[in-house]
Amino acid sequence: MNTYGVIARFDTPLALVHAAEKVKDAGFKDFDCHSPFPIHGMDDAMGLKRSKLGYVIGAMGLTGALFGFGLQTWIHSIEYPMNISGKPFFAYPAYAIITFELMVLFSAFGAVFGMMYFNSIPRFHHPVFYSDKFSRVTSDAFYVSIEISDPKYNEEEVKSFLEKIGGTDIEVLKDEN
Amino acid sequence: MLDNKIKSKAEIRAEKLLPGNQNFTTITDDIAGVPESKKTPIQWWLLFGFALSLLAIFAGSVGFLIWEGTGIWGINNPVFWGWAIINFVWWVGIGHAGTLISAILHLFRQNWRNAINRFAETMTLFAVICALVFPGIHVGRIWLAYWFFPIPNQMGLWPNMRSPLIWDFFAVFTYFTVSLLFWYTGLIPDLATLRDRAKTNLKRKIYGFFALGWRGGNRQWQHYELAYLVLAGISTPLVLSVHSVVSSDFATSIIPGWHTTIFPPYFVAGAIYSGFGMVMTLSIIARKVYNLGHIITVEHLDKMAQIMLLTGCMVGYAYSMEFFVAWYSGNAYESFAFVNRALGPYWWGYWVMIFCNVVVPQFFWFERYRRHIPFLFITSILVNIGMWFERFVIVVVTLHRDFMPGAWAMYNPTIFDVSIYVGTFGLFFTGFLLFLRFLPMVSIAEAKLVLPESNPHHGHEE
Repeated sequence: MNTYGVIARFDTPLALVHAAEKVKDAGFKDFDCHSPFPIHGMDDAMGLKRSKLGYVIGAMGLTGALFGFGLQTWIHSIEYPMNISGKPFFAYPAYAIITFELMVLFSAFGAVFGMMYFNSIPRFHHPVFYSDKFSRVTSDAFYVSIEISDPKYNEEEVKSFLEKIGGTDIEVLKDEN
Repeated sequence: MLDNKIKSKAEIRAEKLLPGNQNFTTITDDIAGVPESKKTPIQWWLLFGFALSLLAIFAGSVGFLIWEGTGIWGINNPVFWGWAIINFVWWVGIGHAGTLISAILHLFRQNWRNAINRFAETMTLFAVICALVFPGIHVGRIWLAYWFFPIPNQMGLWPNMRSPLIWDFFAVFTYFTVSLLFWYTGLIPDLATLRDRAKTNLKRKIYGFFALGWRGGNRQWQHYELAYLVLAGISTPLVLSVHSVVSSDFATSIIPGWHTTIFPPYFVAGAIYSGFGMVMTLSIIARKVYNLGHIITVEHLDKMAQIMLLTGCMVGYAYSMEFFVAWYSGNAYESFAFVNRALGPYWWGYWVMIFCNVVVPQFFWFERYRRHIPFLFITSILVNIGMWFERFVIVVVTLHRDFMPGAWAMYNPTIFDVSIYVGTFGLFFTGFLLFLRFLPMVSIAEAKLVLPESNPHHGHEE
């Protein structure tokens, strides 16, 4: 039987924010705060750095724009210059629309797939799913989880610490085999 | 004791948008209860049966169209563009309100949108699918539709990237893809909720597969929120661009009545106007069938009516400005095109449009009418009739009389014009009803954000 970490339930979003601050101040690194909806101010409470997703989206958007403009220029100036109602071959004002659309399309792919990459999803197995009560976290429960990979992890100490800061339903995450 | 506790703004707002004593648990139960319920309301089956019959009409008509060719339509010379283009523009326009609600109102932090955005986004998806049908089938030889794509082919030919028709293809294709991504991203946390509440293993596996293993950790929410915000940010200019590009299909031509610079903003306003009409129609039906009057409240309908008043007035301004410019330009062809719209053989189309789009929304100045549900239901349908006629006036009435009186003709739709249009309703409602049955029609995670206790700082702000 392997142990993966400890979870503790808190009653309100406010209690979860305070708990996050205390867990961070106690020096834990591999912990997370689970809630049914994003909680305002939680990033600061947990001491998280800004998401780097923005850079990915920006790079993707730029790629899309360059690709769009390049594609049109290549088609009409190099690959097959064709005179259609006397329009210039390099009609760059007319290329604005498709350049813009492909920029948006690529940015959207960057946002969604980048978000999945940073969140490591799809990932269908995770220690927190070993807890039955934890499933309420997508409805009305608020949980702190501290994982075993944390350098400060010590099962008994973590359990008593979480109890001290107001956690209830404290559970040790274990797999069944 | 302090009995007369002063309520914060957030609390007052929450009471209006989520009346009754609701908390996180009741919101989840109410919304997730609909797709989880074993009993499907009888109204759902009736509507679904009706939608499937229309879908059969659609399949049959499109099949015959592909077999026989576009000659089965009423299009002629000079009206080369008939109902197919009208319907395309109409359906794309309806889709726009969904993006407006989910993206622009999200950027403006309009929390009231949280009750209707899922709904509106789903409407967008199916409306855009219906719209995409028309460019697909109106080319005649549908098996060559891949010529739209800039892919190398044996002829060495490419699409003409300088043509607004190909801009339109890129715009609508991007719009559909981004709307799908936006809709799905919003669904992920709710799919996780359904997964965690599932009673059977099969349901747990299916919802769980699409929930991607979401576990609601803040390390996930952090990236998720940024992705959602950026999607909202890029959807906003996208939605404005899509109908602007649609309008440039017309505006870049030299036909009098089409060749105007007012078209892009005028089309966008009209699109939002008709889209809100459709959201209104659908949400009034859904809140009735599923008893969700406490989540999609009269307050929401009131706010939607206000937006319809605004966009209706913008459309009305565009109609009068077009007339003014046609006269002021001194161009005989331009002036004639507009006089012909109002007083020509299709005068009734023009006046139906004016009545539905300019006169009807004026009732929304009064709170009484904005909160009168049967009235809202009827007007929301009138709005979409009016917007259909607007496109009829723009497409058919403009084309049937242009420069040379010798080239004038009348346009009459055939039964297949009608059956394909009616059939797209089958496509739309079949998809929409399946969504209502199997997915949460209101965003569970976002609906909770309206409750003051969801924001730990609400006591300090405002």
